[in-house]
Amino acid sequence: MIELEGLRFSYDEGDFSLQIPEFAVARGEKVAIVGPSGSGKTTLLSLIAGCITPRSGQITSNGFEVSGMPDAARREFRIANIGLVFQEFELLEYLSVIDNVLLPYRISRVLRLDADVRDRAAAIAESVGIGDKLSRYVNHLSQGEKQRVAVVRALVVKPPLLLADEPTGNLDPINKDRVLEILLQYADDNNATLVAVTHDHGILDRFERVIDFKDFCTPDTPRGASSIEESL
Amino acid sequence: MRDVLYLAWCYLVYHRLKTGILVTSIMLIIYLPVGLNVVVKQSAEHLTARAVVTPLLVGAKGSPLELALNSLYFSAEYPELIDYSEAISVQDSRLAIAIPLYVRFRSRSHPIVGTSLDYFEFRNLSFAEGRPMAVLGECVIGANVAEALGVTPGGTVTSSPETVFDLAGVYPLRLKVSGVLAKSFSPDDDAIFVDVKTTWIIEGLGHGHQDLARPEAAAGVLNRTKDNIVANAAVMQYNEITDDNATSFHFHGDLGTYPLTAVLVVPRNEKSGVILRGRYTTDDASSQIIRPVEVIDELLDTILTVQQFMFAAALILGLATIATAALVFVLSFRLRRREIDTMHNIGGSRRRVAAILLTEVAIVIILSGSLAIMATLLTWQFGPGIIESLVLT
Repeated sequence: MIELEGLRFSYDEGDFSLQIPEFAVARGEKVAIVGPSGSGKTTLLSLIAGCITPRSGQITSNGFEVSGMPDAARREFRIANIGLVFQEFELLEYLSVIDNVLLPYRISRVLRLDADVRDRAAAIAESVGIGDKLSRYVNHLSQGEKQRVAVVRALVVKPPLLLADEPTGNLDPINKDRVLEILLQYADDNNATLVAVTHDHGILDRFERVIDFKDFCTPDTPRGASSIEESL
Repeated sequence: MRDVLYLAWCYLVYHRLKTGILVTSIMLIIYLPVGLNVVVKQSAEHLTARAVVTPLLVGAKGSPLELALNSLYFSAEYPELIDYSEAISVQDSRLAIAIPLYVRFRSRSHPIVGTSLDYFEFRNLSFAEGRPMAVLGECVIGANVAEALGVTPGGTVTSSPETVFDLAGVYPLRLKVSGVLAKSFSPDDDAIFVDVKTTWIIEGLGHGHQDLARPEAAAGVLNRTKDNIVANAAVMQYNEITDDNATSFHFHGDLGTYPLTAVLVVPRNEKSGVILRGRYTTDDASSQIIRPVEVIDELLDTILTVQQFMFAAALILGLATIATAALVFVLSFRLRRREIDTMHNIGGSRRRVAAILLTEVAIVIILSGSLAIMATLLTWQFGPGIIESLVLT
C-alpha cells in the first residue's frame, strides 16, 4: 500500500532532514508512529500524502508513484485516496458540520457531490454520534465532537488510506477511545490502511505495528535529522 | 462554480458584520460621485427648463438670484418689494405683456401666488376641474395642493398668518377654490393662485367691513360728519369674501403704490425685450430687469464648481477606501492561511481555492455595485425633489 525507497527530504530553511532508505506498509495494516517531537513524524505523513515532495527517492501510495506526480495530480490523488485527520481538527469555522464534512467535494473537480454522498455523510455522522448536529457551526461543538466531524470528513470519500496526525491528542479519555475506535473500525470494515502519528503510548496496543523514530536514528544522521532504516 | 459560490457566500454570511461594513463602504464610494452627478444634472435640467421659458423679470434692485427663485419656484425668501406701477409701466409701454407676481404669503407650506389670469396662459396651464378665479377671494390650486389638502372646487383654503404675535399684521383669509390645475410637474403644482388684489387683502391693504351707514354698525361709530365716518375697532371686519360682503371690500389710496415681488415680462419680440432691458440699465433706476436663464446659469456654474471639488474629494476618498478594502482582504487572506492550507492539504485544487477567495471579493463588489445602482435610481427618482424642497423652502 505504501512504499518508500531511498527517501531524502529537507526543508529549504533550517537544518532538519529526513532519510528513509526503505519503508513499507501493507494494505489494511494499522500502524502507529511514535518518536520525539521534531523527529519528522508529521513530515513523513505529509510526504506519503504528497503534500510535500522529497529531494530524492520514491514514494508509492496505493499503486501510484506520488513523488513523481505534478502538483495538480497529487492533489487529485490525495483528495480521492487519502483521508487526513489532524490534531487541531482543521475545521472551517464558517461552515456547518455537514458543510465541513462535504468540503472535499466542493474544493475539487475529482469528487462529485450528489444525493448518495449526502446520505453517506449523514449516515457516518449518525454512526459517530453527531447526526443531530449537522446544521450547527463547528464553533458550537465540544472538542470531541469537532474531532469526530474531522474524522467523518476524512471517511466520507471512502479512502483506502487514512493518515492521522495525533488524532487523539486534544481529547479526553472517553472521546479518545471513541475516535480511535471509529478509525480502526473503518480500516477493518474497508480493508483500509491506517497510519497514525501519536505521542500517546496508551493506545499503541490497538495497532498492529508500532514504529519508533528514535530507534532508527543512525550514527551518521546529523543532529536534528531522523532516519528509518527498517520497519518492524 | 456552484460550490465556489456556495463556500464564498457561507464565509460572507458568517462574517456578516465585516461584510456589511465593506459593502457599505464600497457602495458609498461608488454612489457618492454618481449620485451627486445625477442630482446636479437633474436639478440643472429642472431649474434651467423653467428659466429658459421665462423671458424677463422686473424686481427690486438686490439679489437677482432671490428674485429669480421667488418668481420661478416660489421660494419662501422673497425679494425687496416693488410698486404695482412697475407692472402698469411695462404694460403701458406696449413692448411686452406684464404679469404681476406677489409671492409672499403661504397657506401652510403652499405658496400663495398673487397674479393675473395671463399667468395661466403664459405657463400653458390647463384646468383639471373648475375655472379660473373670477372675483376677489377666489383661488385656483395646483394639482399637488388639491391632492395634499383633499380640496376640490367649492372648497376653501386659508392663508397662514405671517407671525402669530403680529397683531397689526397679516390675518388669515379664507379663499374659495374655483378651480384645480392639471398636473404640470412644475412648482405650479404646489401653488395656490389668486388675483393679485386678493393678496393685497391678505396683507390688509384692502379690507371689507360692516356698512357704517347702517344702524347695526352705530355702536362702532366714533364720529360721523357729512363726508366722513370714524369708526372704532368694534366694527366687524370680514375674514372671508362672500357673495354677500364682496361689495364691501375696497382699497384705500393709489393702487400703483401697492406691492409686488416681481413683474413677469413677456416681450412682444426680441427687439422689444432689448429696449425694455435698456430702460433698466441706468444707475438711478430703483428696479432691475433680469433674464432668469442667465441667473440660473450662474447658479449652476457655482454648483458645478462645488461639484468638481466634491468629485475630487470623492476620488481621494475612493482611492483611500479601495486601498483600505484591499488591505482588509489581504490581511484576511493572511489570517486565513491555515484554513487555505487545510483545503490544500485535503487535496483542494489550487485554482478552486483561489476561485473561492476571489469570489468572496467579487460578491462584495457586486453587492456594493448593485446597492449603489439602487441608491442612484432612488436618487434619480426622488433626489431633485428633495434638493428642491431643501433649497427653495
